[in-house]
Amino acid sequence: MIIDTNVYLSRWPFRRLEGDEPVNLLAKLRQRNVVQAWAGSFDGLLHRDIAGVNLRLAQACRTYGQGILVPFGSINPKLPDWQEDVRRCHEVHKMPGIRLHPNYHGYKLDDPVFAELLHLAIARRLIVQLAECMEDERTQSPLMRVAPVDISPLAEVVKSTPGLRLELLNCTSHLNREQFRAALDAGEVYTDISMVERVAGLARYVRNIPLSRVLFGSYYPFFDFESALLKVQESGLDEAAQKAICEDNARRLMLPAPSAK
Amino acid sequence: MLNRRTFLKTVGAGGTLALAQAQAWDLRSDSGLGENMRIWDQHSHLGQVPGDTPEERMAFLVKCMDRVGVERLIVSQGYSDDKHPNPAEQFRLENDRVMRAVKAFPDRAYGSVYLTPALPEFSMEELNRCVRDGPMVMIGEIEDDARCNVPAMDPIADWAVANEVVILQHEWLKTGGDEPGESSPFDVVELAQRHPQLQIVCAHTGGNWELGIRAIRATKNVYCGLAGSDPTSGYVEMAVRELGAERVIFGSDVGGRSFASQIAKVEGANVSESDKKLILGGNLRRLLTPMLRKKGYKV
Repeated sequence: MIIDTNVYLSRWPFRRLEGDEPVNLLAKLRQRNVVQAWAGSFDGLLHRDIAGVNLRLAQACRTYGQGILVPFGSINPKLPDWQEDVRRCHEVHKMPGIRLHPNYHGYKLDDPVFAELLHLAIARRLIVQLAECMEDERTQSPLMRVAPVDISPLAEVVKSTPGLRLELLNCTSHLNREQFRAALDAGEVYTDISMVERVAGLARYVRNIPLSRVLFGSYYPFFDFESALLKVQESGLDEAAQKAICEDNARRLMLPAPSAK
Repeated sequence: MLNRRTFLKTVGAGGTLALAQAQAWDLRSDSGLGENMRIWDQHSHLGQVPGDTPEERMAFLVKCMDRVGVERLIVSQGYSDDKHPNPAEQFRLENDRVMRAVKAFPDRAYGSVYLTPALPEFSMEELNRCVRDGPMVMIGEIEDDARCNVPAMDPIADWAVANEVVILQHEWLKTGGDEPGESSPFDVVELAQRHPQLQIVCAHTGGNWELGIRAIRATKNVYCGLAGSDPTSGYVEMAVRELGAERVIFGSDVGGRSFASQIAKVEGANVSESDKKLILGGNLRRLLTPMLRKKGYKV
Protein backbone atom coordinates (compact mmCIF):
# COMPACT_ATOMS: atom_id res chain seq x y z
CA MET A 1 0.00 0.00 0.00
CA ILE A 2 1.48 3.32 -1.06
CA ILE A 3 0.78 7.00 -0.49
CA ASP A 4 2.44 8.84 -3.34
CA THR A 5 3.06 12.47 -2.36
CA ASN A 6 4.26 13.67 -5.74
CA VAL A 7 2.19 13.26 -8.89
CA TYR A 8 1.08 15.83 -11.46
CA LEU A 9 -1.96 16.21 -13.67
CA SER A 10 -2.34 17.98 -17.02
CA ARG A 11 0.40 18.55 -19.61
CA TRP A 12 4.17 18.93 -19.25
CA PRO A 13 4.83 21.87 -21.58
CA PHE A 14 7.54 20.20 -23.66
CA ARG A 15 6.49 16.58 -24.14
CA ARG A 16 3.46 14.32 -24.00
CA LEU A 17 3.80 11.78 -21.17
CA GLU A 18 2.47 8.27 -20.99
CA GLY A 19 0.35 9.08 -17.91
CA ASP A 20 -0.74 12.61 -18.70
CA GLU A 21 -4.36 11.59 -19.25
CA PRO A 22 -6.07 11.21 -15.87
CA VAL A 23 -7.48 7.81 -16.85
CA ASN A 24 -4.01 6.47 -17.66
CA LEU A 25 -2.51 8.04 -14.55
CA LEU A 26 -5.14 6.42 -12.35
CA ALA A 27 -4.67 3.05 -14.03
CA LYS A 28 -0.96 3.11 -13.23
CA LEU A 29 -1.50 4.22 -9.65
CA ARG A 30 -4.07 1.51 -9.07
CA GLN A 31 -1.86 -1.09 -10.72
CA ARG A 32 0.86 -0.26 -8.19
CA ASN A 33 -1.58 -0.17 -5.31
CA VAL A 34 -1.32 3.54 -4.61
CA VAL A 35 -4.17 4.29 -2.24
CA GLN A 36 -3.63 8.04 -2.16
CA ALA A 37 -1.74 10.39 -4.48
CA TRP A 38 -1.11 14.07 -3.77
CA ALA A 39 -1.58 15.76 -7.10
CA GLY A 40 -0.39 19.11 -8.38
CA SER A 41 -0.82 20.50 -11.87
CA PHE A 42 1.84 21.09 -14.51
CA ASP A 43 -0.30 24.07 -15.56
CA GLY A 44 0.69 25.71 -12.29
CA LEU A 45 4.19 26.29 -13.61
CA LEU A 46 3.42 28.73 -16.41
CA HIS A 47 -0.25 29.60 -16.45
CA ARG A 48 -1.14 32.95 -14.91
CA ASP A 49 -4.82 32.13 -14.36
CA ILE A 50 -3.91 30.07 -11.32
CA ALA A 51 -7.48 30.15 -10.06
CA GLY A 52 -8.51 28.35 -13.25
CA VAL A 53 -5.65 25.88 -12.89
CA ASN A 54 -6.74 24.99 -9.37
CA LEU A 55 -10.40 24.74 -10.32
CA ARG A 56 -9.55 22.25 -13.10
CA LEU A 57 -7.26 20.32 -10.77
CA ALA A 58 -9.98 19.98 -8.16
CA GLN A 59 -12.53 18.94 -10.78
CA ALA A 60 -10.17 16.37 -12.33
CA CYS A 61 -9.39 14.83 -8.94
CA ARG A 62 -13.10 14.62 -8.19
CA THR A 63 -14.07 13.29 -11.60
CA TYR A 64 -11.30 10.77 -12.18
CA GLY A 65 -9.68 10.36 -8.81
CA GLN A 66 -11.64 7.35 -7.54
CA GLY A 67 -10.89 8.55 -4.04
CA ILE A 68 -7.15 8.31 -4.70
CA LEU A 69 -6.22 11.74 -6.06
CA VAL A 70 -5.89 14.53 -3.50
CA PRO A 71 -5.44 17.99 -5.08
CA PHE A 72 -2.65 20.32 -3.99
CA GLY A 73 -3.26 23.70 -5.59
CA SER A 74 -0.60 25.93 -7.09
CA ILE A 75 0.07 29.32 -5.58
CA ASN A 76 2.11 32.01 -7.30
CA PRO A 77 2.72 34.77 -4.74
CA LYS A 78 3.95 37.12 -7.44
CA LEU A 79 0.45 37.36 -8.92
CA PRO A 80 -1.97 40.08 -7.81
CA ASP A 81 -4.33 38.96 -5.04
CA TRP A 82 -2.64 35.57 -4.66
CA GLN A 83 -4.07 35.35 -1.14
CA GLU A 84 -7.49 34.71 -2.70
CA ASP A 85 -6.04 31.62 -4.44
CA VAL A 86 -4.95 30.30 -1.04
CA ARG A 87 -8.42 30.93 0.35
CA ARG A 88 -10.10 29.10 -2.53
CA CYS A 89 -7.72 26.13 -2.27
CA HIS A 90 -8.68 25.80 1.37
CA GLU A 91 -12.31 26.87 1.59
CA VAL A 92 -13.73 26.14 -1.86
CA HIS A 93 -11.72 23.15 -3.07
CA LYS A 94 -11.09 21.70 0.41
CA MET A 95 -7.46 21.00 -0.45
CA PRO A 96 -5.20 19.81 2.38
CA GLY A 97 -2.18 21.58 0.94
CA ILE A 98 -0.58 23.73 -1.71
CA ARG A 99 2.37 23.19 -4.06
CA LEU A 100 4.95 25.89 -4.80
CA HIS A 101 7.38 26.33 -7.69
CA PRO A 102 9.48 29.36 -6.70
CA ASN A 103 11.97 29.00 -9.54
CA TYR A 104 9.19 29.10 -12.15
CA HIS A 105 7.45 32.00 -10.42
CA GLY A 106 10.48 34.21 -9.96
CA TYR A 107 11.07 34.57 -6.25
CA LYS A 108 13.80 33.53 -3.83
CA LEU A 109 13.18 31.91 -0.49
CA ASP A 110 14.39 35.00 1.37
CA ASP A 111 11.74 37.11 -0.39
CA PRO A 112 9.34 38.38 2.32
CA VAL A 113 6.39 37.21 0.23
CA PHE A 114 7.50 33.60 0.72
CA ALA A 115 7.35 33.93 4.50
CA GLU A 116 4.00 35.68 4.20
CA LEU A 117 2.68 32.78 2.13
CA LEU A 118 3.94 30.25 4.66
CA HIS A 119 2.27 32.12 7.52
CA LEU A 120 -1.01 32.10 5.62
CA ALA A 121 -0.66 28.35 5.00
CA ILE A 122 0.00 27.75 8.70
CA ALA A 123 -3.04 29.78 9.67
CA ARG A 124 -5.15 27.61 7.39
CA ARG A 125 -3.35 24.41 8.49
CA LEU A 126 -2.29 23.65 4.94
CA ILE A 127 0.62 21.38 4.11
CA VAL A 128 3.11 23.19 1.87
CA GLN A 129 4.97 21.33 -0.87
CA LEU A 130 7.90 23.02 -2.57
CA ALA A 131 9.37 21.60 -5.77
CA GLU A 132 13.12 22.11 -5.69
CA CYS A 133 13.36 21.54 -9.43
CA MET A 134 11.32 19.99 -12.23
CA GLU A 135 13.95 18.78 -14.68
CA ASP A 136 17.68 18.20 -15.00
CA GLU A 137 19.11 21.54 -16.13
CA ARG A 138 21.15 19.72 -18.76
CA THR A 139 18.02 18.57 -20.56
CA GLN A 140 15.88 21.69 -20.39
CA SER A 141 14.70 23.51 -23.48
CA PRO A 142 17.30 26.13 -24.39
CA LEU A 143 14.43 28.59 -24.60
CA MET A 144 13.46 28.05 -20.97
CA ARG A 145 16.30 27.26 -18.63
CA VAL A 146 15.23 27.26 -15.00
CA ALA A 147 17.79 26.77 -12.25
CA PRO A 148 16.88 24.73 -9.15
CA VAL A 149 15.57 26.60 -6.12
CA ASP A 150 18.36 28.00 -3.94
CA ILE A 151 17.59 26.55 -0.51
CA SER A 152 20.30 28.42 1.37
CA PRO A 153 17.78 30.73 3.15
CA LEU A 154 15.33 27.92 3.92
CA ALA A 155 16.51 26.92 7.40
CA GLU A 156 16.11 30.49 8.69
CA VAL A 157 12.69 30.83 7.06
CA VAL A 158 11.51 27.56 8.62
CA LYS A 159 12.75 28.66 12.05
CA SER A 160 10.72 31.85 11.72
CA THR A 161 7.51 30.01 10.79
CA PRO A 162 6.64 27.66 13.65
CA GLY A 163 3.80 25.33 12.84
CA LEU A 164 4.85 24.99 9.21
CA ARG A 165 4.51 21.53 7.66
CA LEU A 166 6.72 21.55 4.57
CA GLU A 167 7.62 18.83 2.09
CA LEU A 168 10.47 19.36 -0.35
CA LEU A 169 9.89 17.61 -3.67
CA ASN A 170 12.41 16.59 -6.33
CA CYS A 171 15.53 17.15 -4.24
CA THR A 172 18.59 16.09 -6.23
CA SER A 173 21.95 14.91 -5.00
CA HIS A 174 23.37 18.24 -6.16
CA LEU A 175 21.74 20.07 -3.26
CA ASN A 176 24.12 21.44 -0.68
CA ARG A 177 23.98 18.72 1.99
CA GLU A 178 24.54 21.06 4.93
CA GLN A 179 21.83 23.47 3.83
CA PHE A 180 19.45 20.59 3.18
CA ARG A 181 20.08 19.04 6.57
CA ALA A 182 19.78 22.43 8.29
CA ALA A 183 16.36 22.95 6.69
CA LEU A 184 15.17 19.53 7.85
CA ASP A 185 16.42 20.20 11.36
CA ALA A 186 14.81 23.64 11.51
CA GLY A 187 11.23 22.42 11.78
CA GLU A 188 8.71 19.91 10.48
CA VAL A 189 10.27 19.49 7.06
CA TYR A 190 9.98 16.39 4.88
CA THR A 191 11.46 15.24 1.61
CA ASP A 192 10.34 12.83 -1.09
CA ILE A 193 12.46 10.18 -2.80
CA SER A 194 11.76 10.89 -6.46
CA MET A 195 15.24 12.21 -7.30
CA VAL A 196 17.35 10.29 -4.79
CA GLU A 197 20.11 8.63 -6.78
CA ARG A 198 23.27 6.48 -6.49
CA VAL A 199 23.34 2.74 -5.98
CA ALA A 200 21.22 1.83 -2.94
CA GLY A 201 20.87 5.59 -2.62
CA LEU A 202 17.76 5.52 -0.47
CA ALA A 203 19.45 3.47 2.26
CA ARG A 204 22.29 5.97 2.31
CA TYR A 205 19.77 8.83 2.31
CA VAL A 206 18.04 7.69 5.48
CA ARG A 207 21.35 7.28 7.24
CA ASN A 208 21.79 11.02 6.96
CA ILE A 209 18.27 12.27 7.59
CA PRO A 210 15.53 11.01 9.91
CA LEU A 211 13.50 8.18 8.43
CA SER A 212 10.31 9.80 9.70
CA ARG A 213 10.88 12.74 7.31
CA VAL A 214 11.17 10.67 4.13
CA LEU A 215 8.07 10.23 1.97
CA PHE A 216 7.34 8.20 -1.12
CA GLY A 217 7.10 10.42 -4.19
CA SER A 218 7.22 9.10 -7.72
CA TYR A 219 7.05 12.35 -9.71
CA TYR A 220 4.80 10.40 -12.06
CA PRO A 221 4.04 10.90 -14.90
CA PHE A 222 7.18 12.93 -15.65
CA PHE A 223 9.24 10.03 -14.27
CA ASP A 224 8.42 6.40 -14.78
CA PHE A 225 6.52 5.37 -11.66
CA GLU A 226 8.64 2.24 -11.14
CA SER A 227 11.73 4.35 -10.45
CA ALA A 228 10.63 5.29 -6.94
CA LEU A 229 9.22 1.85 -6.27
CA LEU A 230 12.43 0.08 -7.25
CA LYS A 231 14.50 2.54 -5.20
CA VAL A 232 12.72 1.24 -2.13
CA GLN A 233 13.50 -2.32 -3.18
CA GLU A 234 17.14 -1.58 -4.05
CA SER A 235 17.67 0.08 -0.69
CA GLY A 236 17.54 -3.17 1.27
CA LEU A 237 15.76 -1.32 4.09
CA ASP A 238 13.78 -3.53 6.45
CA GLU A 239 10.03 -3.82 6.05
CA ALA A 240 9.22 -1.37 8.82
CA ALA A 241 11.36 1.30 7.20
CA GLN A 242 9.87 0.59 3.79
CA LYS A 243 6.38 0.90 5.20
CA ALA A 244 7.28 4.15 6.94
CA ILE A 245 8.45 5.63 3.64
CA CYS A 246 5.71 4.18 1.46
CA GLU A 247 2.79 4.90 3.73
CA ASP A 248 3.06 5.70 7.43
CA ASN A 249 5.00 8.97 7.28
CA ALA A 250 2.64 10.51 4.73
CA ARG A 251 -0.42 9.30 6.61
CA ARG A 252 0.87 10.99 9.75
CA LEU A 253 1.63 14.21 7.90
CA MET A 254 -1.88 14.24 6.46
CA LEU A 255 -3.46 14.16 9.90
CA PRO A 256 -5.07 17.48 10.77
CA ALA A 257 -2.56 19.95 12.14
CA PRO A 258 -3.11 21.38 15.59
CA SER A 259 -4.74 24.81 15.67
CA ALA A 260 -2.43 27.65 14.80
CA LYS A 261 -1.83 29.94 17.72
CA MET B 1 15.17 -10.90 0.42
CA LEU B 2 12.48 -10.26 -2.15
CA ASN B 3 13.50 -10.11 -5.76
CA ARG B 4 12.39 -7.29 -8.03
CA ARG B 5 9.34 -9.05 -9.39
CA THR B 6 8.10 -10.25 -6.02
CA PHE B 7 8.66 -6.83 -4.50
CA LEU B 8 6.72 -5.03 -7.17
CA LYS B 9 3.98 -7.58 -6.87
CA THR B 10 3.68 -7.39 -3.11
CA VAL B 11 4.19 -3.68 -2.57
CA GLY B 12 2.13 -2.99 -5.62
CA ALA B 13 -0.67 -5.21 -4.49
CA GLY B 14 -0.99 -5.44 -0.79
CA GLY B 15 1.63 -3.71 1.31
CA THR B 16 5.16 -4.37 2.41
CA LEU B 17 4.06 -6.09 5.56
CA ALA B 18 1.15 -7.93 4.11
CA LEU B 19 2.82 -10.47 1.91
CA ALA B 20 0.43 -13.19 2.97
CA GLN B 21 -2.53 -10.99 2.19
CA ALA B 22 -1.10 -9.70 -1.06
CA GLN B 23 -3.57 -9.57 -3.85
CA ALA B 24 -2.94 -12.57 -6.03
CA TRP B 25 -2.40 -10.90 -9.35
CA ASP B 26 0.88 -11.31 -11.11
CA LEU B 27 3.03 -8.37 -12.07
CA ARG B 28 4.22 -10.18 -15.17
CA SER B 29 0.88 -9.86 -16.85
CA ASP B 30 0.62 -6.18 -15.96
CA SER B 31 4.13 -4.93 -16.58
CA GLY B 32 5.04 -7.02 -19.55
CA LEU B 33 8.04 -8.42 -17.69
CA GLY B 34 8.41 -12.12 -18.22
CA GLU B 35 9.41 -14.83 -15.82
CA ASN B 36 12.66 -15.33 -17.69
CA MET B 37 13.66 -11.69 -18.05
CA ARG B 38 17.44 -11.66 -17.84
CA ILE B 39 18.83 -8.22 -17.11
CA TRP B 40 22.35 -7.55 -18.29
CA ASP B 41 23.69 -4.09 -17.50
CA GLN B 42 26.20 -2.75 -20.02
CA HIS B 43 27.29 0.32 -18.08
CA SER B 44 28.57 0.45 -14.50
CA HIS B 45 31.43 1.83 -12.45
CA LEU B 46 33.00 1.17 -9.08
CA GLY B 47 32.84 4.86 -8.17
CA GLN B 48 30.48 6.09 -5.42
CA VAL B 49 30.04 2.51 -4.23
CA PRO B 50 30.67 1.69 -0.55
CA GLY B 51 33.79 -0.37 0.11
CA ASP B 52 37.52 0.07 0.61
CA THR B 53 38.67 -2.32 -2.10
CA PRO B 54 37.47 -3.24 -5.60
CA GLU B 55 36.35 -6.61 -4.23
CA GLU B 56 34.29 -5.00 -1.46
CA ARG B 57 32.66 -2.59 -3.86
CA MET B 58 31.84 -5.38 -6.28
CA ALA B 59 30.30 -7.39 -3.45
CA PHE B 60 28.07 -4.41 -2.61
CA LEU B 61 27.01 -4.08 -6.24
CA VAL B 62 26.16 -7.79 -6.43
CA LYS B 63 24.01 -7.45 -3.33
CA CYS B 64 22.09 -4.62 -4.98
CA MET B 65 21.89 -6.53 -8.29
CA ASP B 66 20.20 -9.38 -6.44
CA ARG B 67 17.63 -7.03 -4.94
CA VAL B 68 16.47 -5.72 -8.30
CA GLY B 69 17.09 -8.73 -10.50
CA VAL B 70 20.21 -7.82 -12.47
CA GLU B 71 21.97 -10.96 -13.64
CA ARG B 72 25.23 -9.59 -15.01
CA LEU B 73 27.14 -6.36 -15.06
CA ILE B 74 29.75 -4.86 -17.36
CA VAL B 75 32.13 -2.87 -15.16
CA SER B 76 34.58 -0.20 -16.22
CA GLN B 77 36.72 2.58 -14.76
CA GLY B 78 35.66 5.13 -12.22
CA TYR B 79 36.96 3.71 -8.93
CA SER B 80 38.78 6.98 -8.54
CA ASP B 81 36.76 10.17 -8.88
CA ASP B 82 39.39 11.54 -11.26
CA LYS B 83 37.69 11.93 -14.62
CA HIS B 84 40.93 12.84 -16.37
CA PRO B 85 43.49 10.31 -15.24
CA ASN B 86 46.95 10.97 -16.53
CA PRO B 87 49.57 9.63 -16.91
CA ALA B 88 48.97 6.18 -18.36
CA GLU B 89 49.69 4.49 -15.05
CA GLN B 90 46.42 5.80 -13.69
CA PHE B 91 44.45 4.26 -16.56
CA ARG B 92 46.28 0.99 -15.94
CA LEU B 93 45.44 1.19 -12.26
CA GLU B 94 41.76 1.68 -13.07
CA ASN B 95 41.80 -1.38 -15.31
CA ASP B 96 43.61 -3.43 -12.69
CA ARG B 97 40.94 -2.53 -10.15
CA VAL B 98 38.17 -3.59 -12.51
CA MET B 99 39.91 -6.91 -13.18
CA ARG B 100 40.21 -7.52 -9.44
CA ALA B 101 36.54 -6.73 -8.93
CA VAL B 102 35.20 -9.02 -11.64
CA LYS B 103 37.60 -11.82 -10.74
CA ALA B 104 35.85 -12.01 -7.37
CA PHE B 105 32.46 -12.53 -9.07
CA PRO B 106 33.19 -14.27 -12.39
CA ASP B 107 29.58 -15.40 -12.87
CA ARG B 108 28.13 -11.93 -12.29
CA ALA B 109 30.43 -9.37 -13.87
CA TYR B 110 32.71 -8.79 -16.84
CA GLY B 111 35.33 -6.11 -17.26
CA SER B 112 35.53 -3.43 -19.93
CA VAL B 113 38.81 -1.72 -20.70
CA TYR B 114 39.42 1.97 -20.07
CA LEU B 115 41.54 3.81 -22.59
CA THR B 116 41.74 7.14 -24.33
CA PRO B 117 42.52 8.42 -27.82
CA ALA B 118 44.61 11.06 -26.09
CA LEU B 119 47.16 8.29 -25.37
CA PRO B 120 47.06 6.22 -28.58
CA GLU B 121 50.08 3.96 -28.10
CA PHE B 122 49.23 3.22 -24.52
CA SER B 123 45.65 2.47 -25.53
CA MET B 124 46.72 -0.20 -28.01
CA GLU B 125 48.96 -1.78 -25.38
CA GLU B 126 46.11 -1.76 -22.90
CA LEU B 127 43.72 -3.33 -25.41
CA ASN B 128 46.13 -6.22 -25.83
CA ARG B 129 46.83 -6.53 -22.11
CA CYS B 130 43.24 -6.41 -20.89
CA VAL B 131 41.17 -7.83 -23.75
CA ARG B 132 43.33 -9.87 -26.14
CA ASP B 133 45.45 -11.41 -23.37
CA GLY B 134 43.25 -10.63 -20.38
CA PRO B 135 39.72 -11.28 -19.13
CA MET B 136 37.96 -8.14 -20.39
CA VAL B 137 35.22 -8.33 -23.00
CA MET B 138 34.42 -4.78 -24.05
CA ILE B 139 35.93 -1.32 -24.61
CA GLY B 140 34.84 1.73 -22.62
CA GLU B 141 33.25 3.67 -21.19
CA ILE B 142 35.66 5.93 -23.02
CA GLU B 143 35.41 9.29 -21.29
CA ASP B 144 35.97 12.89 -22.30
CA ASP B 145 39.73 13.24 -22.59
CA ALA B 146 39.30 13.70 -26.34
CA ARG B 147 36.27 13.66 -28.61
CA CYS B 148 35.71 10.32 -30.24
CA ASN B 149 35.74 11.64 -33.80
CA VAL B 150 39.49 12.35 -33.63
CA PRO B 151 41.78 10.33 -35.97
CA ALA B 152 43.44 8.76 -32.94
CA MET B 153 40.24 6.76 -32.39
CA ASP B 154 40.64 5.00 -35.75
CA PRO B 155 43.21 2.37 -34.66
CA ILE B 156 41.05 1.60 -31.63
CA ALA B 157 37.98 1.23 -33.83
CA ASP B 158 39.93 -0.96 -36.29
CA TRP B 159 41.06 -3.18 -33.41
CA ALA B 160 37.49 -3.42 -32.12
CA VAL B 161 36.20 -4.48 -35.54
CA ALA B 162 38.96 -7.02 -36.05
CA ASN B 163 38.34 -8.58 -32.64
CA GLU B 164 34.54 -8.26 -32.65
CA VAL B 165 34.54 -6.06 -29.57
CA VAL B 166 31.87 -3.46 -28.76
CA ILE B 167 32.77 0.11 -27.75
CA LEU B 168 30.87 2.03 -25.08
CA GLN B 169 31.43 5.74 -25.69
CA HIS B 170 30.55 8.51 -23.24
CA GLU B 171 28.71 11.38 -24.89
CA TRP B 172 26.17 14.04 -23.97
CA LEU B 173 24.32 16.80 -25.71
CA LYS B 174 23.84 19.20 -22.84
CA THR B 175 21.65 22.23 -22.94
CA GLY B 176 24.22 24.93 -22.40
CA GLY B 177 27.03 22.97 -24.04
CA ASP B 178 29.24 19.96 -23.39
CA GLU B 179 32.56 19.97 -21.56
CA PRO B 180 35.82 20.44 -23.48
CA GLY B 181 36.77 17.08 -24.98
CA GLU B 182 33.34 15.61 -24.28
CA SER B 183 31.84 13.75 -27.22
CA SER B 184 28.36 14.25 -28.60
CA PRO B 185 26.20 11.70 -30.42
CA PHE B 186 27.23 13.44 -33.63
CA ASP B 187 30.87 12.61 -32.90
CA VAL B 188 29.92 8.96 -32.36
CA VAL B 189 28.08 8.95 -35.67
CA GLU B 190 31.13 10.40 -37.42
CA LEU B 191 33.35 7.64 -36.05
CA ALA B 192 30.78 4.95 -36.81
CA GLN B 193 30.45 6.12 -40.40
CA ARG B 194 34.21 5.87 -40.87
CA HIS B 195 33.99 2.28 -39.52
CA PRO B 196 30.75 0.75 -40.78
CA GLN B 197 31.54 -2.63 -39.20
CA LEU B 198 32.08 -1.10 -35.78
CA GLN B 199 29.44 -1.72 -33.08
CA ILE B 200 29.39 1.33 -30.83
CA VAL B 201 27.00 2.27 -28.03
CA CYS B 202 26.18 5.86 -27.13
CA ALA B 203 26.43 5.70 -23.36
CA HIS B 204 23.75 8.33 -22.74
CA THR B 205 22.22 9.00 -26.18
CA GLY B 206 22.75 12.66 -25.62
CA GLY B 207 21.00 12.75 -22.24
CA ASN B 208 18.69 15.00 -24.23
CA TRP B 209 17.37 11.80 -25.74
CA GLU B 210 14.86 13.38 -28.11
CA LEU B 211 17.88 14.91 -29.86
CA GLY B 212 20.27 12.00 -29.38
CA ILE B 213 17.91 9.42 -30.87
CA ARG B 214 17.46 11.58 -33.96
CA ALA B 215 21.20 12.15 -34.24
CA ILE B 216 21.99 8.42 -34.40
CA ARG B 217 18.85 7.27 -36.22
CA ALA B 218 20.31 6.88 -39.70
CA THR B 219 23.57 5.25 -38.63
CA LYS B 220 22.66 1.65 -38.03
CA ASN B 221 25.86 0.56 -36.28
CA VAL B 222 25.30 3.06 -33.47
CA TYR B 223 23.27 1.83 -30.49
CA CYS B 224 21.16 3.81 -28.06
CA GLY B 225 22.41 3.39 -24.49
CA LEU B 226 19.83 4.29 -21.87
CA ALA B 227 22.14 4.89 -18.92
CA GLY B 228 22.78 7.80 -16.66
CA SER B 229 19.93 10.24 -17.16
CA ASP B 230 16.69 10.80 -15.27
CA PRO B 231 13.92 8.21 -15.82
CA THR B 232 11.82 10.55 -17.91
CA SER B 233 8.71 9.05 -19.39
CA GLY B 234 8.78 8.35 -23.11
CA TYR B 235 12.50 7.69 -23.62
CA VAL B 236 12.24 3.99 -24.41
CA GLU B 237 9.04 4.38 -26.40
CA MET B 238 10.67 6.91 -28.73
CA ALA B 239 13.86 4.86 -29.03
CA VAL B 240 11.94 1.73 -30.00
CA ARG B 241 9.74 3.65 -32.43
CA GLU B 242 12.61 5.40 -34.19
CA LEU B 243 15.45 2.88 -33.97
CA GLY B 244 13.82 -0.48 -33.36
CA ALA B 245 14.23 -2.37 -30.11
CA GLU B 246 17.32 -4.16 -31.49
CA ARG B 247 19.30 -0.93 -31.22
CA VAL B 248 18.35 -0.02 -27.65
CA ILE B 249 20.53 -1.24 -24.78
CA PHE B 250 19.94 -1.03 -21.04
CA GLY B 251 22.64 0.32 -18.79
CA SER B 252 22.50 1.83 -15.34
CA ASP B 253 25.63 3.94 -14.80
CA VAL B 254 25.81 2.83 -11.16
CA GLY B 255 27.26 3.78 -8.69
CA GLY B 256 26.43 7.43 -9.53
CA ARG B 257 22.95 6.30 -10.54
CA SER B 258 20.69 3.62 -9.10
CA PHE B 259 19.74 0.40 -10.83
CA ALA B 260 16.19 1.34 -9.89
CA SER B 261 15.78 4.56 -11.84
CA GLN B 262 17.38 3.08 -14.92
CA ILE B 263 15.51 -0.24 -14.95
CA ALA B 264 12.33 1.79 -14.51
CA LYS B 265 12.86 3.39 -17.92
CA VAL B 266 12.28 -0.02 -19.48
CA GLU B 267 9.96 -1.52 -16.90
CA GLY B 268 7.65 1.49 -17.08
CA ALA B 269 7.73 1.82 -20.86
CA ASN B 270 4.74 1.12 -23.03
CA VAL B 271 6.53 -1.36 -25.31
CA SER B 272 6.09 -5.08 -25.83
CA GLU B 273 7.52 -7.77 -23.59
CA SER B 274 9.72 -9.01 -26.41
CA ASP B 275 11.12 -5.49 -26.87
CA LYS B 276 11.85 -5.28 -23.14
CA LYS B 277 13.69 -8.59 -23.29
CA LEU B 278 15.91 -7.33 -26.07
CA ILE B 279 16.60 -4.02 -24.34
CA LEU B 280 17.25 -5.41 -20.86
CA GLY B 281 19.65 -8.10 -21.98
CA GLY B 282 19.06 -9.76 -25.32
CA ASN B 283 20.81 -7.13 -27.40
CA LEU B 284 23.86 -6.98 -25.18
CA ARG B 285 24.19 -10.74 -25.10
CA ARG B 286 24.01 -10.78 -28.91
CA LEU B 287 26.75 -8.15 -29.22
CA LEU B 288 29.00 -9.76 -26.62
CA THR B 289 28.55 -13.36 -27.73
CA PRO B 290 31.62 -13.54 -30.03
CA MET B 291 33.94 -12.26 -27.31
CA LEU B 292 32.29 -14.25 -24.52
CA ARG B 293 32.69 -17.43 -26.57
CA LYS B 294 36.34 -16.64 -27.29
CA LYS B 295 36.92 -16.30 -23.57
CA GLY B 296 34.94 -19.42 -22.75
CA TYR B 297 32.42 -17.46 -20.69
CA LYS B 298 28.85 -18.64 -20.25
CA VAL B 299 26.42 -16.56 -22.34
